[in-house]
Amino acid sequence: MKIAVCIKQVPDTTEIKLDPVKGTLIREGVASIMNPDDKGGLEMALQLKEKHNAHITVITMGPPQADDILREAYAMGADRAIHLSDRKFAGADTLATSYALAGALRSSEYDIIITGRQAIDGDTAQVGPQIAEHLDIPQVTYVEELTVKENNKLLIKKSTEEGYQMVEVSTPCLLTVLSSAGNARYMTVRGIVEAYTRDVEVWSADDIEVDQTKLGLKGSPTRVFKSFTKGAKAAGQIYEVDTEEAVDIILEKLTEKFII
Amino acid sequence: MDKSIYKDVYVFVEQRENKIQSVAIELLGKARELADELGEKVVAVFLGYNIQSKAKELIAYGADKVLCVEDDALEYYMTEPYTQAITQIVKSRNPDIFLFGATTIGRDLGPRLSARIGTGLTADCTGLAISEEKELLMTRPAFGGNLMATIICKEHRPQMSTVRPGVMRTKPKDETRQGEIEMVKVDFDKSKFKVRILENVKEEKSLIDITQADILVSGGRGVGCVEGFEALSDLAKVLGAEVSASRAMVDAGLIPQERQVGQTGKTVRPDVYFALGISGAVQHLAGMEESEYIIAVNKDKGASIFNVADLGIVGDLNQIVPALTRRLKKIRTNQQ
Amino acid sequence: MDFSISKKEILFRQMLREFTEKEVSPLAAEVDEQERFPMETVEKMAKLGIMGIPIPIEYGGSGGDNSLYAIAVEELSRACATTGVIVSAHTSLCASPIYEFGTLEQREQYLPNLASGKWLGAFGLTEPNAGTDASAQQTTALLDGDHYILNGTKIFITNSTYADVFIVMAMTDRSLGTRGVTAFIVEKDSPGFRIGKKEKKMGIRGSATCELIFENCMVPKENILGKENRGFSIAMKTLDGGRIGIAAQALGIAQGAMDETVKYVKERKQFGRPIGKFQNTQFQLADLQMKIEAARLLIRSAAFKKDNKMPFTVDAAYAKLYASELAMEMTNKAIQFHGGYGYTREYPVERMMRDAKITEIYEGTSEVQRMVIASNLLK
Repeated sequence: MKIAVCIKQVPDTTEIKLDPVKGTLIREGVASIMNPDDKGGLEMALQLKEKHNAHITVITMGPPQADDILREAYAMGADRAIHLSDRKFAGADTLATSYALAGALRSSEYDIIITGRQAIDGDTAQVGPQIAEHLDIPQVTYVEELTVKENNKLLIKKSTEEGYQMVEVSTPCLLTVLSSAGNARYMTVRGIVEAYTRDVEVWSADDIEVDQTKLGLKGSPTRVFKSFTKGAKAAGQIYEVDTEEAVDIILEKLTEKFII
Repeated sequence: MDKSIYKDVYVFVEQRENKIQSVAIELLGKARELADELGEKVVAVFLGYNIQSKAKELIAYGADKVLCVEDDALEYYMTEPYTQAITQIVKSRNPDIFLFGATTIGRDLGPRLSARIGTGLTADCTGLAISEEKELLMTRPAFGGNLMATIICKEHRPQMSTVRPGVMRTKPKDETRQGEIEMVKVDFDKSKFKVRILENVKEEKSLIDITQADILVSGGRGVGCVEGFEALSDLAKVLGAEVSASRAMVDAGLIPQERQVGQTGKTVRPDVYFALGISGAVQHLAGMEESEYIIAVNKDKGASIFNVADLGIVGDLNQIVPALTRRLKKIRTNQQ
Repeated sequence: MDFSISKKEILFRQMLREFTEKEVSPLAAEVDEQERFPMETVEKMAKLGIMGIPIPIEYGGSGGDNSLYAIAVEELSRACATTGVIVSAHTSLCASPIYEFGTLEQREQYLPNLASGKWLGAFGLTEPNAGTDASAQQTTALLDGDHYILNGTKIFITNSTYADVFIVMAMTDRSLGTRGVTAFIVEKDSPGFRIGKKEKKMGIRGSATCELIFENCMVPKENILGKENRGFSIAMKTLDGGRIGIAAQALGIAQGAMDETVKYVKERKQFGRPIGKFQNTQFQLADLQMKIEAARLLIRSAAFKKDNKMPFTVDAAYAKLYASELAMEMTNKAIQFHGGYGYTREYPVERMMRDAKITEIYEGTSEVQRMVIASNLLK
């Protein structure tokens, strides 16, 4: 069984702070990490490796420093790593990104392609399904659990707002995984010792079968018109009083607003 | 590209078990605004099986026209049948704008459609507006909510956008509105239907929808334990409110995910939001700062939550919450 | 000399930090309070290869080196010094000497299970009358046919209750003094061997510190480690490696105490501002931070030399002496900065100070380290 996992290196957005004076993001000193949902996806793939002897390829599209998450994936147990790196990919929105990744994934016959639900920087949750469309394979999103059945079928537990669905899909297919990195395994010592000695295949735009006009900024239907930090909602009144007085103040406000 | 052939604001009306989802109603209201500004129409796209009778309601909520597709292939949402149906509609009707709810279904359907049609999609928009050039300006949070970005889709149509439930205000129903209902026939390529639903299971969690609550009593790290949340439940009960929480409390297993407010949880705009023991990290604010009135209680005078709270109390919530509950109970019994 | 930190080390420290935060930190207070050996943590560490970091892959180890091993002990000790010493004693004092001095058969028999963490290791040198004067060994070993018969007592042995394999020193020829000591590999089920009383200690309270009692204990003669009567030098060389581990433990304790203190002085307000704003606080913490960095470099240097098969005895002594005295100083100051709260168990710093003290004593007291350094200096 051959599985590909798409992973992305992202800034740890839980650590990003706003410069209160300039109103811009302070990005220095913020660690780069493997996107948590992608790590969850990798963990799911590694469990399939343990159960069914699957071969795991991790792939990322990113600048040179994205190499670090491929090494981390190796240290967790991945078998092969592909780094899509080329200036021509820069400025891509989700459609152009998914197009590039699909171009790379087309080079091998994968039974299952796994992506995380969404990245914590872009927060769109779009790239996975868009890759599936480019590759013309079925997709199942919000996957919680997966069982391999005979005849190239997968039995999937899919999360919904009301509960869950049990869904059957044939491979090849693409899955977006809900599980967060909290359940992902640790890297092993041996995995880490060997991680940086292993081969990572670096592919440029010329190495994949794509129409290069559909890559990067040029291939992106959407672009950022402007970005801004939200103005702080003006603070209201702050009281530092004892308990009973605090309750008085709250009750007064609730009465004003006809809550009580 | 001749953009003049693309007209009208389309809304995907999501239904589950033939019940129209509130996000669709919210989007019809917003679509009405956008269409009025553009001088165009609002078209509701309504897919399902045995849903025809519900189409009229959509007119009352703002649609000028309802394109209704009835087929047993559409009874339960699945990616391929829905994508095929909507693609055919888009290709034959050339909408200018297409809005979807950012629900489990919307986030499955939107990207697949955008890639099939070859157009841009902007997810989780919190703001939609029309620019001077008559283009859709789609504003959304990024970087975990630390940044706002306004996105445009200049040379591709339709301009697609998903919007989270609870973000747009529901406009009141207007039964006097007139509109057209058109039944549309779609030709499906069933060889592409490779996914089967075997079972649909409802779990307890479906009964809670914090995005519909008028008052939320929300707890964070300062609450920290089971007893703490019990005190919050007591307060919520006497107020007729729902309990919600920050991500930290969900991660700690103290409260189910359906009650999480924030960037990776739900977006809420209740009339009153009690932020108790919540520091006010950006990811949490992203989910609640549009609340009408925010009351924050926190031990730490410097907590960021006080920057957005309308009423801030620096104090011990373990004292204040029970005291408040007691006084409210007394008031209620006096009222009775 | 290359001072840069490799990407491999960065990734390694990241893993250890995540592991420690999730698995070790939450148990630290309980391990101390209940004097509980955190066996579940040992099992988790075993799965990741943390119990065999410097042991080569061909013997079931992780194929790492002493630099990585030192980082691991430091990171674990930052949260829990007990967990740090369990790994340190097992790795430096049992698995490593079997690798370095064992025969092929001994390596093949013992290393795979030790390196994989299936077995836990320990080291028995110290006796009631032989502490700093380790040469005054009274445990005897007499050859009787195919076996040596051991008689005597060892005390203050780390990991004892849970260990499967022990490296034990015993006197085979009293007339030769230190040249009459032999090192033995003793398995826990050996007839005539038992674990004695457990010590109630000031710190590292989760560590199982007990007596080893040998009463006509039978050890097969194939279990001599190294050569007969050459055991003392093996013990000394083993302790050199162990000192890198203890230095790392002490550094971890100091770093943990510093992290707690920095957090506290930023939050705690007196006289209208955080106490971190007072120059008294800043100057003291600056000095301690400098020392922490110095300790880290001394440890790195000793580990580097050991990894490159250079003499490292004195370097290990520098590292152990410096880091352990720093750990005491840092934890003492940490409590002081925390004020009354630091004296309570609500904050971890009082435990850190109780844990720190032993690092000045075991695996060679600070006095012994000074003897080693002076002897090298003045030879």
